[in-house]
Order: sequence, then C-alpha cells, then structure tokens
Amino acid sequence: MTANDDAGTTRRGGAMTDLKTLRAALSDSPWLTEAVTAIEADPKAIGALFPAAGRRCGRGAIAPGWTADEAARAIMLAAAPAEADDLYRYGDADEKRAVLKSLPLLPIGDAAVPLLHDALRTNDTRLVAAALGPYAAHLDPAAWRQAVLKCVFMGIPLDAVDSLHKRADAALAAMLRAFADERAAAGREVPADAQQLLDELMGA
Amino acid sequence: MRIFDPHIHMTSRTTDDYERMAAAGVRAVVEPAFWLGQPRTGPQSFTDYFDALVGWEPFRAAQFGIRHHATIALNPKEANDPRCRPVLDLLPRYLAKDGVVAVGEIGYDSMTAAEDEVFARQLALAIEHDLPALVHTPHRDKARGTERSIAVVSESGIDPGRVVLDHLNELTVAAALDAGMWAGFSIYPDTKMSPTRMVKILHEYGMERVLVNSAADWGRSDPLLTVRTAEEMLAGGFTKDDVDRVLWRNPVEFFAQSGRLDLAGKGEAEATFAGNSILRGGS
Repeated sequence: MTANDDAGTTRRGGAMTDLKTLRAALSDSPWLTEAVTAIEADPKAIGALFPAAGRRCGRGAIAPGWTADEAARAIMLAAAPAEADDLYRYGDADEKRAVLKSLPLLPIGDAAVPLLHDALRTNDTRLVAAALGPYAAHLDPAAWRQAVLKCVFMGIPLDAVDSLHKRADAALAAMLRAFADERAAAGREVPADAQQLLDELMGA
Repeated sequence: MRIFDPHIHMTSRTTDDYERMAAAGVRAVVEPAFWLGQPRTGPQSFTDYFDALVGWEPFRAAQFGIRHHATIALNPKEANDPRCRPVLDLLPRYLAKDGVVAVGEIGYDSMTAAEDEVFARQLALAIEHDLPALVHTPHRDKARGTERSIAVVSESGIDPGRVVLDHLNELTVAAALDAGMWAGFSIYPDTKMSPTRMVKILHEYGMERVLVNSAADWGRSDPLLTVRTAEEMLAGGFTKDDVDRVLWRNPVEFFAQSGRLDLAGKGEAEATFAGNSILRGGS
C-alpha cells in the first residue's frame, strides 16, 4: 500500500475512526473549540494546551479505541501537525501515546517515523502498543518484526498490532519459532496469540 | 492501614522496594525532582530526568498498584551551576503536566545569591501555574535557612497554606506552623528525624498541617519509615484514625490543592492490562 492509503483514519478491531468522528464526539467542549482557534492563530500555543486535555475534556472512552483526552489531543495536533515532534519530546506518557495514535490522522507522510523508533525503545507497554497502529506501515520490515516480537516478550496482546496478519512473513515466523523453542527449553509457556500466529504462518 | 508518602525518590529505588511498600500499605507517593548523587552539567539531563518522573516512574509504580505523582523544579544545589540554569526556561512545559502536583524541591542549600534568585523565580512559577510549592530546608545552618525560606515565601505572595517546608525538626517546626505553612518531616534511619521523635512532635504540635515522609533516595534511607512512624504513633497513644489523618488525609489535602491529584487514574488499569515487562522481567 502507499503511504497515504490510511491518512485520515485509524483502524482498531475493524472500526474506522477519523478526525470528523472524534470532533463530533467532543462537540460539547467549548474549551476544545477555543483551544483549536488559539492553536490556529499561534501553533506554539499548543505547548500549554495539549497537556491540559485530560483535565478539560475528561478521560473516558468516546469512540472505539479513543479516550476523550486522546481525541482532544488528536484534534489539537491536527491544527498544528508540525508540532508533533516537540509535543512528543516533552510529553508525559499519556501525551506521547496520544501523539503516536494521532500520526495516521495527520498529513505528514513518513516524517514521524523517528517517534515510533523512540517509543519502541521504551519499556512502557502503552507506548509500544501505540507505536504499532496504522502508522507503523512506515516502519521497515526488520524494525516492524522486532516490534512484534517485543510485544510478545512484554505481554502486549497482538491485536494491538495493525495489519498483523497481512504483514507477518516467513522471517517473523522464524523469529517466533525460535522464541517458542526458547520458551519450551525453559519450561515456560508461549502466549496463546503468539502461538496462534506462528501456527498460522507455518501452516500457510 | 493506607499510607501516602508525600516525598520519596523512587527513581533511586528498586522493584523490591515497590513490592515491600505495596505490601505494607503504601498506595500513593509524590516524587519531588531533586539532585542525584552525581551533579548534572546541563539542562538536557534535567529534562530526561523530568521525563522519567512523568513517564517511566509512574508506569513502574502502577505495576505495584501505587499511584505516582511528581513535583518539578531546579533544585537549590544545582541552581548554583550556571550550566544548569537554562532548565528554568523549560520548567513551564513540565508544570503543565497532569502528574505534576507542585513546584519543588525549591529552597536553599548553601543560601547563596544564585539560590535566592532561583527560589524566588520558581515561587512565581508556582503562582503562575496555580500549583503548591515544596520547599526543602537546608541541612546545614537549618534554623537560619528555615527563617530565610519563610521570609522569601512570604515575600512571593503565594498563599502560605499552599507551601510545605520540608525536612523540619524540633527546632524549626514552630516557625513553619506559625507562618501558616505545612510542616514536613523526613524520617531517616539515623539523621533528619526518627519515628520516636516524630511522635513526640505530634503530641506537642498536633496533627494539623503535618506531613510525614521517608524522603528515601540514593543515600542510606528506608521507604518503610512512614509505616514505622504509623506503628510508633499507635504505640504512643494515637488512634487508627489519627494515623490515617497524618499518613493519608493530610498529604491528600495538601496536594489536592493542585487540582491534579488523581488517586484512581486510568494509567493504573491500563499499565496492568498489558502488564508486565517489569513483573515478568520481560524485554
């Protein structure tokens, strides 16, 4: 697929979410409307507004795979996409995650791939999972396979990985096989979803 | 027994400590930004440290069922190094975070002119960001340092009820309470304050506006001295409700003034969902 196939929408469990849906879900927040106006006038204003999203818009679920604070942050970021790097750099864990989840909704091509690499270096399961959404289509195959295997190691359910079955290949199967062998040698279990993926790849 | 440790440097502690703390009843902590054993030489090592205080450390704590908040500041010792000073311009980014419940630790180390300036400037940041302030009183020349801290705080215009003077002792507690500020006590194995002395202070000065912490860090210290103090209070004639007041309700009241204290945050459930790179010894 090309880089822009998914621009503007994210998938999760088959549901499509786009900025319009997120905006509609938060249409009752005058604070957000004012924030977006302020950011459109001065993109740097997002630095102080982005962290306040949870306190102003709440943190409950509002759309499949999206909480109110994440959605508000995606909407603000869409008004100043050039600020993504800076917001990620100075973000707390929730803000970083919101940036990662927003990436496929922004017209930025593959410019934010370094943010995925940063998130995948962490040991925070929430960041690693968020780095493997639709925007991970921009990761090269070696980095993507390492990331999938890292999920298995960290106990992150593999349904967090976008396009898993479409993208999983023989090289990933070999890595999962070696992982399963190591686990067997240690008398430890292989997580069910990893075993299932391995069976699927071997059987194909 | 539920314990809120309002001052502990978890960055320096192991998962064994988290495990023992959780088992002993510690359910919430505040981690103030402070100096490390090794002096820093530039703003970037501060920002990496602040990132950990609002990122990795709350995640680690959540895996043991402990809520973690932070206070952010340029500490007084490193305020004296001009190479570190530019971090002051980056503080507003961190003072805007959900998990940041005060400006701190600010105050004095050696009572220099540089410390005066940085202390006053950060009290102004506390007012600007509508946050309480956590003031470290110096270990050397403490009585004079405490008096001078009270003067600087009063001059800043911040409401004294939104300020805690920390590491107090028998000789400095009265001044802090008389000034309308909160009185913080750090219970250490053999220096700052002990559980027995703490109980005497509670008998003499009462429980209002008193915070008890372990201040455990990279030095010889013990994250369970809050619990030991609670036990000493019970042995010394205080009730279970008194213990709950001093070791839970008081710190909640103080930090709730930030409007950001979240004792049932979503981070906890979600960090445990996918759980457990640390518990399993994972990646």
